[in-house]
Amino acid sequence: MSRAMMFPTCARSLGRGMPAPAHLVSMLALAALIFITALAAPAYAQTALPPAPYADRQLDDPALEAKATALMHTIRCLTCQSQSIADSNASMASDMRSEIRERIARGEEPEAIRRWLIERYGDWISYKPTAEPILWPLWGAPVLLLGVGGVLAFRRIRRRRKEQS
Amino acid sequence: MKRSLILWIPLAGYLIFLAIASLGLNRDQQTVIESRMIGKPIPGIDLPAASSTNPPLSTKEMADGKPRLLNIFASWCVPCAAEAPILAQMAQQGVRIDGVAIRDARADVDAFLTRHGDPFQRIGLDARSTLQFYLGSSGVPETFVVDGKGVIRYQHIGAVGPQDVETLLAKLREAET
Repeated sequence: MSRAMMFPTCARSLGRGMPAPAHLVSMLALAALIFITALAAPAYAQTALPPAPYADRQLDDPALEAKATALMHTIRCLTCQSQSIADSNASMASDMRSEIRERIARGEEPEAIRRWLIERYGDWISYKPTAEPILWPLWGAPVLLLGVGGVLAFRRIRRRRKEQS
Repeated sequence: MKRSLILWIPLAGYLIFLAIASLGLNRDQQTVIESRMIGKPIPGIDLPAASSTNPPLSTKEMADGKPRLLNIFASWCVPCAAEAPILAQMAQQGVRIDGVAIRDARADVDAFLTRHGDPFQRIGLDARSTLQFYLGSSGVPETFVVDGKGVIRYQHIGAVGPQDVETLLAKLREAET
């Protein structure tokens, strides 16, 4: 039943795990949507299974939930690659949210979970910039610009003082 | 004269930034995320049986001296159905293939195997993508080459086509050593 309603959960998907391109099935999907709505049955995007337990359920402890949410907003979704897993409704993002909440509930630190993910997927998975050499210009640019601005301002002020005196 | 030229520098910088940004906007944003687990031992995970016909899968038992393919698939995944005949052909040639069904239901896996063939020795059910995360796998289908010591040697992303068979067989032979 839910099978009829399988279309990608984000506009530009990898095109492999997804059942079919949206434009091909859109007419069919519309018909299926009307059919399914009429029957009021739940329709899951890519799978017959219900979402993982903590995919869309918050942790009972607000402090832990805050930790988990902060981390989820900086972890990139593998399916919808321009979204964080907190914002994506792809099945894999749901599973990853649940995984992160369960790990936080077990007492793992968010940064340890981030490292665990980076170990498997590379820096790509994290939206938080690391201290890798390739990112040194990113960290250095503000300092450099501030320095240049400071020198320019200093020289201008000194010149003005000279003119005044 | 020199001073007025300097005044144009910020505008030039801005235009360069704009050019890079607009080029970036037109580029395809989807990138293939390769696993960083190649060359590392496969994480040991016990998965329950995904089908009625195949035994469950424990990745702890992969260090049995002979290489194999580990195919990540799902009954709800269209490219997985497309690669099924190729995998069946490889299984016939004597390649050992274990399967992992992602977010699947037993009835659906059974129907998938009946319809598309069953090249798998064991099939584990990964109901919540756990093994996928451990493997650094980013979708379905994906096929890993695991050597006889249980070390991940190669990752093929996407459906296995006829043109990929040779590479996979070569990687399996490489994994023998």
